[in-house]
Amino acid sequence: MRQHLPHPENRLTITFAAWFLGLLALTTTGARAEQPAPVKIGFVTFLTGPAAAPFGIPDHNAAELLVESLNAGQVPAPYAQVGLGGAKIEAKFLDEAGSASDVVTQFRNLAERDHVDVVVGYVSSGNCLAVTPVAEELKQLTVLDICGTPRVFEEKPRHYVFRVNPHATMDNVSTAKYALAKFKDVSVYSGINQNYAWGQDSWRDFRLVMKDLDPKATVDKELFPKLFAGEYGAEISTLLTSNAQFIHSSFYDGDLEAFIYQAAARGLPQRIPLVLTTGESSLWRLGAKVPDGTVIGARGPHTFFAHESALNVWFHKAYVDRFKEQPIYPAYDFAQSLFGLKTAWEKAQAKKGGGRPTTEEVIAAFEGISFPTPSTTVQMALGNGHQGISDTAVGTYKFDKAESRPEMVDIVRYSAACVNPPADVNSIAWLEGGMKGAKCD
Amino acid sequence: MLTAFAILTDGLVYAAYLFLIAIGLTLIFGVMRILNVTHGSFYAFGAYGSAIAVGIYFDRGFPAAGGFLLMVLVAMVIGLVLGLILERGLLRLFYGKDEVIVVLVTYAAFLILEDVIKLIWGPNSYALYQPLALAGTIDVGSLVLSGYDIGLIVFASLLAIGASFALKRTRWGHLLTVVIFDREIAAALGINVTAVYTITFVIGAMLGALGGAVMAPKIAVTLGIGVEVIVLAFAVVAIGGMGSIGGALLGALIVANAGLRLSIWCRRSSCSSSTR
Amino acid sequence: MVSRPVLFGALALIIVAVVALALPSWLVSLTTLAFANALVVLGLIILWRAGLVPFGQALFYAIGAYAVALIDRYGGMHDVFVLITAAAVLSAFAAFLTGFLLARYREIFFAMLSLAMSMILYGALVKTETLGSTDGFHVEAPTYLGYAPQGAMHLLVLFWLVLAFSAASALLVFLYFRSVAGALAVPVRDSEIRLEFLGVSVNGLIHLNLVISGTLAGIGGAFAALSIEHVDPNMAYWTTSGGFVFVTILAGAGSVAAAFVGSFVFEFLKSIAYDILPGTWQIFLGAVLLVTILFLPEGLGSLFGRLRQRLNLKPANVSS
Repeated sequence: MRQHLPHPENRLTITFAAWFLGLLALTTTGARAEQPAPVKIGFVTFLTGPAAAPFGIPDHNAAELLVESLNAGQVPAPYAQVGLGGAKIEAKFLDEAGSASDVVTQFRNLAERDHVDVVVGYVSSGNCLAVTPVAEELKQLTVLDICGTPRVFEEKPRHYVFRVNPHATMDNVSTAKYALAKFKDVSVYSGINQNYAWGQDSWRDFRLVMKDLDPKATVDKELFPKLFAGEYGAEISTLLTSNAQFIHSSFYDGDLEAFIYQAAARGLPQRIPLVLTTGESSLWRLGAKVPDGTVIGARGPHTFFAHESALNVWFHKAYVDRFKEQPIYPAYDFAQSLFGLKTAWEKAQAKKGGGRPTTEEVIAAFEGISFPTPSTTVQMALGNGHQGISDTAVGTYKFDKAESRPEMVDIVRYSAACVNPPADVNSIAWLEGGMKGAKCD
Repeated sequence: MLTAFAILTDGLVYAAYLFLIAIGLTLIFGVMRILNVTHGSFYAFGAYGSAIAVGIYFDRGFPAAGGFLLMVLVAMVIGLVLGLILERGLLRLFYGKDEVIVVLVTYAAFLILEDVIKLIWGPNSYALYQPLALAGTIDVGSLVLSGYDIGLIVFASLLAIGASFALKRTRWGHLLTVVIFDREIAAALGINVTAVYTITFVIGAMLGALGGAVMAPKIAVTLGIGVEVIVLAFAVVAIGGMGSIGGALLGALIVANAGLRLSIWCRRSSCSSSTR
Repeated sequence: MVSRPVLFGALALIIVAVVALALPSWLVSLTTLAFANALVVLGLIILWRAGLVPFGQALFYAIGAYAVALIDRYGGMHDVFVLITAAAVLSAFAAFLTGFLLARYREIFFAMLSLAMSMILYGALVKTETLGSTDGFHVEAPTYLGYAPQGAMHLLVLFWLVLAFSAASALLVFLYFRSVAGALAVPVRDSEIRLEFLGVSVNGLIHLNLVISGTLAGIGGAFAALSIEHVDPNMAYWTTSGGFVFVTILAGAGSVAAAFVGSFVFEFLKSIAYDILPGTWQIFLGAVLLVTILFLPEGLGSLFGRLRQRLNLKPANVSS
């Protein structure tokens, strides 16, 4: 078998040429037409991999939509000003995929090589935790987007890092309250969650809340299949023989959809209702496959649960018109992050009489503010004004066969102070201590 | 009693799944001594092809039996095309080199194909739900089994039998076996080893795609499904012995049941597994 | 009588150390990480020469990283030399223990066994919620014999330390290759039976090589943890091991310096890929790997050999 490879010396030349061209490409991408002092923002989210479909793409879509709309001044009040305070946003999109060292290296590149003004993003809690100390070290203003771990602001006070979206504690507090109200006299429940930090933390929080609110309830089965396992035959068999009154799960997208296909085919949700803390993200894709009666959370009052407002009407329509699909909660999460940043930026700018604000001025303006978003109003109340809280809502799923679209019924809203820990209280300690200080009506 | 039955069927279903994803890999390794990382891509392409083509088929309302047949057909076409392109276009440039180099070539191809999938089908996930619904359920006491799962067990068994028969009784199977044992002697005997390699790789690709195609109705077909499958397939092949159909079956059964042993022996009702 | 490669290497090192002061800090931290990973690659080169390619070096990498992180957080000791020594000792010990099993296997079984071991550690770390499970936890900046660098200096100081360690390791491995034990690696790959007949315990030799590479991987992991200031179970995952093997092939088994250059080129290329091809960087990496294997089958290290030939510094057929 002949191998038609070039002569060794030519091979060397070819390889060098290939690399040289690659490096050349790098240098030429740096040249960009200068606009009047744009605000450079690095947007980091999952553009590849299994987390792209449920989080990265809606996140990215919302980013593209909002950056363009803001730059064209098309967003309704109070965000009508172009870009941030009149300066257009120059967006740089980056993939969050890779190991923690890749993510941290890319963050440093954004901050020190590309000199972005703000970094917005990060879906994975692990990446948020890795990037935060580096942001503090580099004095890089950062707005964490979708990641849910409360650890970011509870381990240490932060100065340069903010997170507008409430953390994951409120998801399980609200769904537990809802489940207890819906399924009267709960004495047994089960759970199936992915065996990694998100699943483990969700289950831990849920159990703690259940213990606080319904001490006599016991856990029948707690299952932790591998993340992205995809095949849940054994788990479904186990749950079919469970006497639980409902099943808790923090599964999302790929795993959630596989689980629902396989479970529904065997009649599990018809026998034991499912309580899905992040179920909203898959409803549009699954449609009628999700059984009526499933309890659904959306990690905030998003999509079905959004409060009526001109801003929401605009956002929803603009998103559907452009992407021909419904915006799910990650898209709303992104909108909240960007609008929070914009509010802070413009407030800082107004304070200094119209000049472009510095990072420190934006930080000072950002802490503790409250602002409207397409879903609700967010208040930066925790973490010394760096971590946002908002109200939330949980509902029961119903597929409208006539209209052939998902619907949410029996929606219950929970105020921010009811399902979020008070300021300066560690979330786990709060849950273990009976959720003291919660203000529910 | 019911629990024992449940464990048995769960074990068989999972073993069927593992066998289906591993058989293509074991064939290629056995004959060509290549640990083919691109196997994950074959699986993914098969799943995507199946989800889309068969989805369209069922949407048009064609008879159900044809849909299942189409799944197999789609897998074979995808396997044929991908297998040929990869083997003829890329792999043959590296035969004779260090085994590790060839593994890395397949790894590079896998990386490229991952993004090719994204370029072709985008980052969203696809679903194929009709086969699961059509296959119905089988009730055994209070335990509900999915007809599709049972079908998978049957399908995997037939495939195992068919493959063993092909290897042991047909002329082509004999040729393959000789090449597995000793390539040099095979060549010395006048066997066209190059052709055997190409055909083996293509068949392996078809089997990989077939695994993805039949699993598509049970999962969300999205980016990254190939990655998870590679580790599992490797484990099955390593445990069961490489290059043997029986070995792949055995490996699948062992890995499947090891995972389930863990769940039986869990104390209280708390079960977790990071290896399944 | 110091040989030319050593002189050349020392010169390159000094230049890099000085130039670092003028380089942008993102490049300095990228290079720090690249050199930390290069130590792992160095260990892999040692094993590859003996014909073994483990797919589980991430085991020792993670042990080194977590050792540093845990001692730093819970052990109350922050001095970098204490941390690195602890990481080296622990990973050496782990390599020594696992070596008893691993040294008995070859080729694909060796690769898969080492992969299995690293996945066991991965599983254990994922289950440990107190360590943050898959989220991992933060690693505080270390002190250097009492000196706690501030701001940008801490990046540079860590870089110089990694550079020094790299130089020391490179030199030691270089000398090792010239020693009897090191030279025996090639016969191990080619024909073990002959070696056994000569009275050399092949398993013992492989065990030694495993301990050396395991220690190097552990030190690499320790520095990586200090560089990115974070540890998570993914450091023990098989894709991490795969990444190291990727770089080893890129670098080639021929030269010690290749490990560092190859690792740097890889990190740099990855950065470029993320930067200009955010949605399709995998195609880029895959293509680079293919081009390298196709046109530079001996890896980047072979370039040095050819460079030396061209500059007439050295006869063509002496392997480095």
